[in-house]
Parts: sequence; C-alpha cells; structure tokens
Amino acid sequence: MSQTVQTSVMSMSDGQSESPVVLGLETRNIHAWFGKHHVLKDISLKFPEKTVTGLIGPSGCGKSTFIRLLNRMHEFIPGAAMAGQVLHDGHDIYSPEVDAAAIRLKVGMVFQKPNPFPAMNIRENVLSGIKLAHLKVADHDSIVERCLTRAGLWKEVKDRLTATGGSLSGGQQQRLCIARSLAVEPNVLLMDEPCSALDPGSTLRIEETIKELAEKIAVVIVTHNMQQAARVSDYCAFFLTDGGPGYLVEADATKKLFTNPGDTRTADYVQGKFG
Amino acid sequence: MSTIIAPAEKTEVVPEPITPWKPSQKTKSVSIIVFLASLFLSAAIVLLTGLAGIDGFGLALFCVVIVVTTVRNLRSNQKSRKDAFVGVFVASAAMLAFFPWMSIFASVIVKGVRGLQPNFLVENMQFTTPDDELNMGGAAHAVIGSMLMVSIAAAITLPLGILSGVYLTEIRGRLTFLVRFVVQSMSGVPSIVAGLFVYTTFVDYTSKFSGMAGALALAVLMLPTVARTAEEVLKLVPDDLRSASYALGARQWRTSLMVVLPTVRSGLMTAAILGVARVIGETAPLLLTSLSNNSFIFNPLGGPIGSLPTYIFGLLQIGTENSINRAWTGSLVLLILVLVLFTTARYVGGKDKR
Amino acid sequence: MSISPGLQATPEARELSVIFNRADRIFRRIVTAGALTSLILLGLIGTFLFVRSAQIFNDRGLKFITGSNWTAGSGDGVIPDDFSIGPMLTGTLLVSLIALVLSMPLAIGGALFVEFYATPGLKKVLTTLLDLAAAIPSLIFGLWGVVFFSSYGERWSDLLNSRFGWLPLMKVQNEVFGRSPFVAGCVLASLITPIITSVSREVFSRTPRDLVDTCYALGSTRWGAIKTVVLPFGKSGVIGGAMLGLGRALGETVAVYLLLNIVFRYNFRILESEGGNIASLIALKFGEATEYELKALVAAGFVLFLLTLVVNIVAASIVERSTRHR
Repeated sequence: MSQTVQTSVMSMSDGQSESPVVLGLETRNIHAWFGKHHVLKDISLKFPEKTVTGLIGPSGCGKSTFIRLLNRMHEFIPGAAMAGQVLHDGHDIYSPEVDAAAIRLKVGMVFQKPNPFPAMNIRENVLSGIKLAHLKVADHDSIVERCLTRAGLWKEVKDRLTATGGSLSGGQQQRLCIARSLAVEPNVLLMDEPCSALDPGSTLRIEETIKELAEKIAVVIVTHNMQQAARVSDYCAFFLTDGGPGYLVEADATKKLFTNPGDTRTADYVQGKFG
Repeated sequence: MSTIIAPAEKTEVVPEPITPWKPSQKTKSVSIIVFLASLFLSAAIVLLTGLAGIDGFGLALFCVVIVVTTVRNLRSNQKSRKDAFVGVFVASAAMLAFFPWMSIFASVIVKGVRGLQPNFLVENMQFTTPDDELNMGGAAHAVIGSMLMVSIAAAITLPLGILSGVYLTEIRGRLTFLVRFVVQSMSGVPSIVAGLFVYTTFVDYTSKFSGMAGALALAVLMLPTVARTAEEVLKLVPDDLRSASYALGARQWRTSLMVVLPTVRSGLMTAAILGVARVIGETAPLLLTSLSNNSFIFNPLGGPIGSLPTYIFGLLQIGTENSINRAWTGSLVLLILVLVLFTTARYVGGKDKR
Repeated sequence: MSISPGLQATPEARELSVIFNRADRIFRRIVTAGALTSLILLGLIGTFLFVRSAQIFNDRGLKFITGSNWTAGSGDGVIPDDFSIGPMLTGTLLVSLIALVLSMPLAIGGALFVEFYATPGLKKVLTTLLDLAAAIPSLIFGLWGVVFFSSYGERWSDLLNSRFGWLPLMKVQNEVFGRSPFVAGCVLASLITPIITSVSREVFSRTPRDLVDTCYALGSTRWGAIKTVVLPFGKSGVIGGAMLGLGRALGETVAVYLLLNIVFRYNFRILESEGGNIASLIALKFGEATEYELKALVAAGFVLFLLTLVVNIVAASIVERSTRHR
C-alpha cells in the first residue's frame, strides 16, 4: 500500500516540473470505503481556480461521497476510510499535521436543502462561520454586505437583516447559505445538488450566482440536472457505477462532453437515455 | 488547459483503505500513557494530601486532567483549546451522571450475591427473624406476592392500554388529543397518590388491605406506560395494510381486530412487559394498600400480602447487619427481574420487525 | 353525466352512516370507552381524594396550606387536632429544586457525551444501560443512599458548611450533617438524572445531521457545533425532560423517607438535618393515623396530586410543542 502512495507522490513531484502547482483542488487516485464496502475507485481530477466543475452521473455512483472527501467531511461517517491524496493549493489535506477544521474554512460547502441556522437572524447566519471558526475580523457590517452581495441577496434583504432565516423563500435561504459559506473566504466552494429542492426561478438565480463566484474561486457542483450542468459548468466529470465502486468515465470541457463525448456511455447519459 | 484529469498514474491495484483522520497508533499510546500517569498522580495526591475516598480521587483526577489538557494544548489555537476543555467538562459531567447508577449496579451485585442462597428463593420469613443468619429464611413469599400483584395489574391494564392505543391510531375520534394528553399527564401521578386513591376507594369499600388493592394501585401507575407503548407500536403498522383490508370489503372492526392487532402481537406484549418493569419496584402505593406479610399468601383478597419492595423496605427500617444484607439480596432479585423484563421486551419487540 | 343539485351540502354526515354498520359502531363504542378509562380514572382520583378530604379543607381552609403544625389531638379535646402541611410543602419544593439544580448539568453533559463524544460501540452500550438505569426502583436508590452515599453526603455537607457557612442557605444550628435536604436532594438527583439524560439524549439525537455538518463545513469544532445547533435545537426537549424529572422528584416517597430527618418546622437551611416532603409525610403517618388524621393525609395527597399534575401538564405541553414543530 505504501508503495502505491509513494509512486503517486513521486509522479506528482515529477509532474510539478512540467505544470505549476494547481491553485484550488486536485485529487490523485482517490478511493473511498464505508466499512468493507468500496464505493469510489481511483478518481484523479483537478478543480482549478476560476472554474466551475460539474459532477454528473446516476445516483449511487459516489458523487456525494467524492465531494465530501474534498473537505474532509467524509470522516464523520462511522466506518469511513479512503486512499489517495487530495491536494489543496498543492498540499495534501489528509497529511497528519493538517487541521481538518482549517481545511474546511478554505474549502466551503453548500448542502442540498437550504438550512440557515434556525436560532439566528440573517445577519447572524452570515457571520456564523466567523464566530464558529474564531476568526478575528474588524468590520462585520462590510462582510455581511459583501457576502450577501456576492450571493445575490443583498438587495432583497438589506432592510431586514434581523429577520430570521426561516422567513425567506427557499431560493433566498439557499443564497443565504451561500453567503454564509463565503464569509470565511474559501477559495473552493463545494455544492451538493444545491438546487434540487428549489423551483426553476430560484434555480436560475443560484446559477447566476455560481457563475459570478467562479470569477474568483473554484466551484464544484454535484447535479442530477443535465441542463444545469450544461448551463453552469466549464468542465464536467461523469461518474458511473456497475454495481461495484463508482468510477470516473470521462472528464472534459463541458461543451466537448455534451457535444462530442469520448465514451458512448457518456453520450447515452447526457442524452437522457438512462439514469 | 483542455482537461481536468489530474496527472496521476492509472493503476489497477486497489490500495489499502486508510483513515488518516483517526489518531495514529503512536498518538493513541501517548494518550493512554498520559491518562495512566494522571491516574497514578491522582492516587499519589490522595495518599499524600488530605483528600481521601472516591470523591477525593475524582477531584484529584479532574484537576490533573485539567492541567494535562492545558499543557497539551499550549501550542494549539484558542478554538481547539476551548473544544478540548469543553470535552473534559462534558466527560466529567457524564462520569458524575453515570457514577450513581453504575455504583448501584455494582453494590447491588457485590452485596446482594452473598445472601443469594437457595433458601432465599424458596423460604419465607414466617419462622425467621430478619436478624438470623442469611442461610435461614427467604423472600419467596415476597416474590410470589409481587408476581401475583403485577400479573393482576397487567391483566387489567393490557386490554385498557390496547383499547386506548387502538382509539388513538385506528378510530382517531374527536377526543384523540385529550386522551393522549391525559395519558401523558397521568404518567406523572405520584405513586403514593395512586396508593391513597385505592385506599380511599377499594380498601375502604372492602375494609381490608389486600393483594387486589395493591394490584389496582399498580394498575393505575402501569396504564400510562402500556397505553403509550401500545400507541407507538400501532403507529408502526403501515396504512397500506388497513387500506388493503378495507379494499377487500372488511369492516373497520374486522380490520382492526384481525389485521392490525395480530401484526403487532409481540409489540403489545412489549407494552405489557415494559408496564410491569415500570411498577414492579414501586413501594409507596403498596405501603397503603397491600401492606406486608411474612408468609405465603396466594389469595389476592385474603388480607395483607408480602411483596419484594415492602420486604426490602421493612428490612431497611430494622437496620441491623443481617437485615440490611437481606435487603441487598432482595434488591438484587428485584434488579434481576427488571433486567429480565427489559431484555424480554427488547427481544419480543424486535420480533415484529423481522 | 349531470351535476347533482345537492352538491353544496356537506356529505360528511351521510358518509359516516354509510361506512359504519352496527358491528362497527359497537366496536367503536367499546374502544372509545376503553380509551376514556384513563380520563375517567384521572377524574376519579381527583374527585375521590377531594371528597374524602373535603372536611379538612372545610375545617381548616387556607391554614391547611400555610400552617406549620402536624399534631394529633388527645381525642378528649384538651389538645385539639392541628394538621397543616406548610413545612412539608416547602420541603417538597426545596428537595426537588436541589435535585433538579444538581442533575441538570450532569444530565446534559451525560447526554452530550453519549451522543457526540462516545465511540459508536460505547454509545450503544450506554444507551441501553441508561434506559435500564431510568428503571431502577427508587427504593434501591434509597438503599444505596443510606448505605453508600450518606457518608459522602455528610462529608460534603461539612465541607460546604465550613467554607460557605456565612451564606444563610448553608448555615446550620446543629452540626449533624446527615439526613438533610442536601443529602436527600443528592440522592433524588441521582434518581432523576438517568430520566433527564435519557430524554435529552433522545432529543439531541434528532438534531438534523445537515445542520451539524454545516457547522463543521464552516470550520467549527465539536463544541462549536453543539453550541450553535444542538443545544438551541434540543432546548425545549431538555426543558420538558427536566419537568418530567421534577415531577418525579416532587412525588418521590421512599428515597426521601429513608434519607431525610422528617421534622415539622419551616427549614430552608439545606445542610440542617431536618426537612420532609408531602409523600414521605403520608408514608410516615399512615400506619398510626386516627380517622381524622387520615383525612388530613388524604388532603395532603390531594395537594400533591394537583402540584404534580400542573408540572406534568406543563411538561407535556412543552414536549408536545417541541415535537410538533418539526
């Protein structure tokens, strides 16, 4: 086992001479297990800054497991195990001296269902990350304004920052959750089917927000919605399972993947023939 | 940049799963050694200073652990330091919370097992004084009395509890909310009040203390538990089953009696068993209804009757060494009964799901 | 197909008469009657206790609650009967409050430990043991209290008195530290802690996993997640559990009977070796009571019944509200 890791480390250092360190995330030969159950096999992908990457594939193919590996949320599930490397700005986030909480600050996450903290108002929700991570920040007001603006929510809520998060519509709540993740200034944002609980109008608003975010940071989005992947992502990775562990079929620029895929299974999937 | 596939070697060999987030073997050993050292240090403090006893040891250990945590977190940030200290406080609170009942389990077993001789389970106290040696006399009469009373109480409450469960899940009439609320409030009636109630009614009417009176008082205390568990169990029956029965043209009473209730038969048994476990150790109501007796009584209407709780309570008030020992053994038997009832309830209740 | 003219009228009443035939109606009536037993029973308990003790309330009025004597008369009228439960009522509240104050932090800590700190294996074991511990009869707690705990209780009392004796609460008149409200309160606390822990753990376990994950995703520690999400979410459930524990403590008989020196005097010094509660008064006086004294005991039971009923109704509505919202 140590040998495999060794070789991949070496190939990494070899590769560095050709391509510079990727700012953002990069995975190398990632595997995942739940107990004895092998759920994800040998995924090597790059998520550079200023791009949106869509992860597509039928349910049960390990997309959510994969995305949770990227900010060390995988380890909260009892019996979870992994292999391989996840590099954040070139550093392995799974090496023993790394503080998982610090990684999660740099690699933020937005969940499927909008979930603002129920006991807090809008402003407190945005600032909750700063409080939870004990960050020292001087000007709270400007953070609230900046994050809500980036999440496309400022105009709608600037007059009622003390209302509870629950008083917003579903789409607004999800944008509040995005603003909450932005407050700790991550340079990667992971989104696990962020629009699946929303109506089409709110979905479009979130997609606009995602595109604006990608002007600065890397966004990784899991989605079941082909059209959404096509609309919002620059690159796409297609995952599949044959009953065993999920694996990567192909990954490429979204345009290429949707118009001229290299694999017939990808073609079938993006045309909606299964899944 | 045309691809996002990372430059890594494709390999068909599946690597070994690892869990890098778990503390390594080395960290673990260090933690264990530090903890053992803290234990020794606390023991030394207890020996060398005025602190004494389990409480002194606990206090010393707490202080040592706080110091150790401080030292180990000197280099970490404020956030993790706070987390570590809260962890120490939570663990200490848990230790304190769990200590009494762990101590009770331990002392009941250790002190009770001495008196747990064959005679304890077959003889009564008719010709033995509590102060006699432990190889004389026993609590068989008390066990029989307790069994008699809880059986009658269960026979009364099980049908009533099931009816109330059926009402709440099948009939769902106008009084659903009220019935549920009353059952909930009734579970808080103090046991001595139940005893007083039966005393002012049944005992007064028959002008006699009896096992039946005790059983009635226990039934009052048992009913809420049985009713609530029965409701929980019936709630688990899928609605499809009812619909299927109705679709076959069955009436509601047939659906309830022949489709719904049989599917949860063992769940309803669990309800009864949990009810019995709830009341088998009740003392206060029996002091006002069944009193106690030193000989075998099998007639529930035949005057005062012995029971395990009143047996233990009586011995405690005598307070001599042997009587206290008998009380411990009685408690052991009582605790074993509760444990057996719980295990049975769990086992029987698990059957429905399969 | 034509629309029938009577469609505006509500068809409900007719539907009922169609669906339920005779057998069904009988079935429904039997079940309803069965379900109403608990309601009737609760009414009967209140009624009977009140009717049987009406004479006391009539004779003594409010003085039954406020007075501080429990003296059986000599029968010939030389010494009049004088029954009132003032000290026992305040004693009930005092002991229960001590128990509640001591057990709350322990129960919350214990519940958090089982749910968020223990390993999966340990969690399973502790959850099972906790359910069992909540079912240990109070008599066994009493026995443990007398034989095992009381010596510790006395030592702690002595220590508290020597350090904080200047506080009115911690003063004593006689330096005998056993069988005090504090000692009884400690044992009651260990009795209700498993109950409150069990309820709290259950509530904490229902915290949406999503919210906890969000905290971690924001770089939070375990404590941060607990403070931000788990405690606010579980608050009302924990309060409900505490009220259940309080109800249990208010009505406890044998543990208090065995661990408290029952003395008829108003006493708010928790380390003083005197006190009592209504339930233990009933157990103590029942055996040798005269007919009139018995009525007074029933009256005391009625007061206790009302007190616990109020606490339990409040607890039930808090728990009901906290479970209905989600």
